[in-house]
Formats: sequence, structure tokens, C-alpha cells
Amino acid sequence: MRIALDMERCVGCQSCMFACARRQNEVGLSKTCINVKSIAGMERGFIVVVCRACKNPPCVKVCPTGALKSRLGGGVRLDIKKCIGCGYCCNACLIGAIFWSDEINKPMICTHCGYCVNFCPYGVLRLEKKGGEKNA
Amino acid sequence: MLRDDPVANVLYVDLSKKSFRVERREDIFRKYIGGAGVAIQLLHEECPRDCDALGPENPIVFAVGPMTALFPLASKTVAMFKSPHSRNLGESHCGGRSAVAIRMAGYGAILVKGASDTPLYLAVHGNRVYFRDASSVWGIDTVTVGRIIRENEPGAGLRTIMRIGKAGERLVPYSCVTTETYRHFGRLGLGAVFGSKKLKAVVISGKRSLPVVDMKQYRRLYDEIYQAVITTSAMKKYHELGTADNVLPLNEIGGLPTKNLKTAKFERASEISGEAFAEKYLGRRLACTHCPVGCIHIAALREPYEDESYFYKTSMFSYDYEPIYALGSMLGGSDTKGMLGLMHQIEKLGLDVMSSGVILAWATEAQERGLISEKETEGIRLNWGDYRTYIDAVKLLVEQPNEFFRALAHGVKHAASIYGGEDFALSFGGNEMPGYHTGPAAHIGVLIGARHSHLDNAGYSIDQKAILAKKQLGPEELAKALLSEERWRQILSSLVVCFFARGVYQPDIVSKALSVTGFDLAPEVLHRIGEEIHKEKYRFKIREGFSLDNLYLPKRIFETPSALGKLDEKFIREVIEHFKKAIFVER
Repeated sequence: MRIALDMERCVGCQSCMFACARRQNEVGLSKTCINVKSIAGMERGFIVVVCRACKNPPCVKVCPTGALKSRLGGGVRLDIKKCIGCGYCCNACLIGAIFWSDEINKPMICTHCGYCVNFCPYGVLRLEKKGGEKNA
Repeated sequence: MLRDDPVANVLYVDLSKKSFRVERREDIFRKYIGGAGVAIQLLHEECPRDCDALGPENPIVFAVGPMTALFPLASKTVAMFKSPHSRNLGESHCGGRSAVAIRMAGYGAILVKGASDTPLYLAVHGNRVYFRDASSVWGIDTVTVGRIIRENEPGAGLRTIMRIGKAGERLVPYSCVTTETYRHFGRLGLGAVFGSKKLKAVVISGKRSLPVVDMKQYRRLYDEIYQAVITTSAMKKYHELGTADNVLPLNEIGGLPTKNLKTAKFERASEISGEAFAEKYLGRRLACTHCPVGCIHIAALREPYEDESYFYKTSMFSYDYEPIYALGSMLGGSDTKGMLGLMHQIEKLGLDVMSSGVILAWATEAQERGLISEKETEGIRLNWGDYRTYIDAVKLLVEQPNEFFRALAHGVKHAASIYGGEDFALSFGGNEMPGYHTGPAAHIGVLIGARHSHLDNAGYSIDQKAILAKKQLGPEELAKALLSEERWRQILSSLVVCFFARGVYQPDIVSKALSVTGFDLAPEVLHRIGEEIHKEKYRFKIREGFSLDNLYLPKRIFETPSALGKLDEKFIREVIEHFKKAIFVER
């Protein structure tokens, strides 16, 4: 399972960002693992930044402690106990989908649970059963 | 409210001293919730009696509420200040990313006073506040300055960028503050107050967690409210055609002000309808933060350059019912391309679009009647629907090269007091009229509304109901209906819930949602607080010289039949008398 995107449909309501936080029993935006921002101004539409569940994730390759492991079907799992907060993973992700928790100085990454999909009224986000086939 | 909720933090900024401090104001948030309720208290505290609205002592208050960032559509920021236009209570509401950004930065309110000697912009990123030099962006239009600040500040996706254009800089008293390119603190001249402080922009961002009383209960209630919002008919209407949906129905009933309200029916309404705009120009729809409705409609206007073939520019900017009324029917124009060009010009200058349209409409009629000649207008011949000349005129209105344009820059009532034509100067309480000639309630509502806005009490909606029911309210009933609607709307604008969601946020739901944030307020208590906030606003208005006696009504509204027929001045005066009696009396 992974989150798939049709960004052109996005109206920028950011309901998904709040949903991600609620899923973690949080209110607000400090724990959200998805970000919606404009492409140099809202007239050009939005970029939805979220982990795309790469098959061969660069973030895993640079993790020095093995805290990040590839997940079956794409994406990663984070073992927070092993993480030392070096931030290499953030630098390795070209799309910026590794978020950072300033409170604990550790990364936050989408787990592809699909909760945000329920709060996307315009079909930008959907949950794909088989993930990561298009990207190598 | 909860002890650790940052909503009670008020950020006080002094632009003269370039200093700031944060104060916990649980006292006022507990009593008045947030938004309008808190803002009017801060205004009473910080705005000296009879102060110059364009002086450093006039504060600007931005306030949000405890439900902001917790529940959908609690996405408005209330701004309060003394208005340079009405020289009285200034209140304006705006969405975009503003409300959530303020809340996520860790504040319930931000108060800006003082004035800078040189242009600056304010950057608030969580608990860090910066006073940045804006000399290099002074004089730049609202769209471009947004782009520049966006490149220079952090917080993409989590920030609001409020800014002014040339109109605000040149202190036009009905200039607006624009956020996120497409939303506005319109009406009553917040832009000029920014300009008087040499404040070009305010950028605010943040990212934090907020406390709730019970997470399970919160999540259950969230789902309930979210479902209710996305299944309402209002959601469909505002998402599909947006507020422009109202053009045809209002014209149908004969309530669409046309050609400076010489008539209330526009024969070419179908050419400027929401349907027509959607078909020809709709390029994108956008939403405010935490609002699934997505009512913002963006037109894409493609125009060729005249000096080179196959060379085009495509501009994108928002349209709504009010701009279409003010620049379309009110100016007797159906050339949508021209109209959009004028809308874009007004957007870039940072003028209030409704006031601008009404002023141009008055000037067109005044020139038609020979009250002003081409000598006053610098050679411009204003004609109904001629957008080329209107674009030139709004530029001059901001430049103010002569006495006439200086007069126009001070509003329609002021211009008419010099050049004549007061009977058709459509100003109510010092604010140019909104787009409704539906009946008596629309005009009375604007006249007695605390901020002279059609949204104060939605009088136009009372008229429309009367048309459907084929029965009008008596003067006392009408006064009470307007008053009770305005009182309840104080609660919505203290929670900072968008009025489009008023059908969902009924008193019992509001009470439940507030309980999650630690406010224990039963529906009847909410009604009482709403009443009190309204009185507090009126207390400010009266302090600054407002009186319900002898309110000025332009003759034109009695000459042109409304959707409910010819209006009777005696009836209107009676309603105002009843309102006067009811406003300070306990229910």
C-alpha cells in the first residue's frame, strides 16, 4: 500500500496535513508527515510533499545506524530507538519528504497508513494496493 | 480554556521602538473566546479616543480563536483597527492561510502599534520576530511583493503573507490588505493603516502541537463536523461556481444594482454570470487552510501583447460575486475581458474592489450629468462599460494628480460633498454599498451593522426569504431579526468560523466543539456572549461619534424599485428606531 497523488486536483486546503497529525493523536501541524505548498504562488497550483514509497530508497542507503529499513512494497520503516538524529536521510531525499521533529530531533516519515486519503475531498490522494512499480 | 493553550498569548509589536513582547491574556479569551470578541477588547484598551486613524497610536489587532487549526473552516482572521474610511470601528475578516498561521505561530492575537520612519515588513516565525527593511519593495504591487517575500522567508506551506499595494502606501482610506495573493482584508481601509505605519507586509508562520481535553472525543467530533461540512449544499454551491453563482438569481428577482443603481436589473446579466465566468475563464479553484470547501475561483486571462504576434501573457486572479457586481453590473459593463483587466488592476493596486466600483459608478453618472467635466478627469471620458477608461481612472485615483482624484480617493460621499450628486452617492455609514438592492433589510442591515458590511447581519437574506414567503416582516420584527443575526455572528467571528459554514456550526455543535478546547459554554451562554460582544462594538462606535439618529440614506435607493418593490423611507426609519431601542436592552 502506498499513497499516490494527482497533484493537479489539489485546491490547497491542507486537510490532509491536519489528518496526519490526528492519526498520531496530535492536534496541529508539528507532527504531520505531509506538506502542501504552492508552486511559487497559488496561481500555479500546489506541490504535495509526501513519501512516495521508492522501491530502492536513498534514505535507507545513507542511514548510518540501520534505523531506516526498506518496507515491503516500497517506502521505509523507522526504528526510532536506533536513530541518532544525524539528518542524512533528509539530505538524501530529493523531494523533501522526510520531515523533522524539532522536539526529539528525529525524522518523521509517512507510513502510508492512508488515513489522510479520507480527508482529501478532491481525489488528490489515493491509496494504491500495489506500490512503487513505476519507479526503480 | 486550557492552561497550556497558546491561544491566550497576545503578541504586542511596537513599530516605533522595534520591540515586541508576549502577554498571556486568559482574562479576555476566557470571557470573549477569541476573534472579534477579543479584538474589540484589545481595541478598547489600545486605541485612544478620537485618535487619528492614520496616526501611530492607532493599533491593528489580528485575532483568531481556540477552534482554529482544530476544526475545519475555523479559518478566518479578524482584523480590528480604527477605520480611516468611516473614522470609526474598522473590522475586516480574511481567510487564506492567515488564521492557521497565527495559531501555529503560537498566538491567539497579534497587536501592532506605532509607526516606522522607513518602510519595513514584519516577519513572525513562531517566537522569533524580525523587523525587516522593506525600502526595496516599497511601491511594488501586491502580487509581486508577495513573490519577493516568498523567496526570502521560510515556512512554505505554513505561512501567510499579508501585504499592501500602492493604494495602501498612498493612504487611500479604502485600500485593502491582501493575503496569499487572492484573499483580502477588504473594506474600511486596513491597507491605509498599514501604509501609515510604513508597514508593507506581515509574514507569519509556525508549526506546533495544540492541547485538547479529550483526544478521542476530539477526533469523533472532528469526523462528525467534517462529514457535515462536505455534505452540505452550501459546499457544492461555493465549490462549483463560487459566490458568483449569485449573479443570475439576484438579477432574476431584480436586486442586482446596475449602473450606479439607476436600475436593479441588468439586461446582459447572463454575460457576467458565474456560469459565464466559469466557462470562459475559470483556471483553478483554491481553498483557505483547513477548509475542504475550496470556494476561491481563479480566472485565467490570456491577453496578447500588441507589439509582437503570438506573444501572450496569462494573468491569474480571483473573482467573486462582489467584484462582478461592483465592476460589472454597477458599471453597466458586460465585456468580461475588460472587466477582468480592471479587476486585476484593482488587485495589484490593493484597493477595495466594492468601494472602487461604486466610486467609479458615481463618477460616471456625475460626468454624464455634467457635474464634472473632462477638466476634472484629466481628459478621461467615463462611459458605462468602457473598461479602458476605468483602468486609467483607478490608476489616477491612487496617483491623485489633482483635486478631483484626491476627492475620489476619499470615498464617494466625500467626492459628492464637493461636486454634488449626493443623492446618488451610494454610501452607508461611510462605506460604499455592497451588491444587494433586494429590499429594505439589505440597506438597513448595512447601515446599522457594526462594520457596515452586508455580512454583519445578512439583511439581503432576510429580503430574499420575504420574497419567497411573499410576506415582509414588520418594522419591529425586522429590527429584531437583524439584531439577533448580528449577535450570533459575533460568536462565529469570535471562533473565527467562516460564515459559509454557519449552517454546520449551530449553537449546540459550537458548544460541543468548544468543550474539547476546555471552554464550558452552553448554547444560551454563547448567545449572551454574542450579545455582549455586539454591545462592546457599539460602545466603541458611539465613543468615536457614531449615532443611530439621522443616518444618511442616499435618495437613489428610494427611486429605483428593489426586488421587494419601492422602498419607503418612513418604514426604514421606524426599523432603525426599533433597533435603537433593542440594542442595549437585555433579552
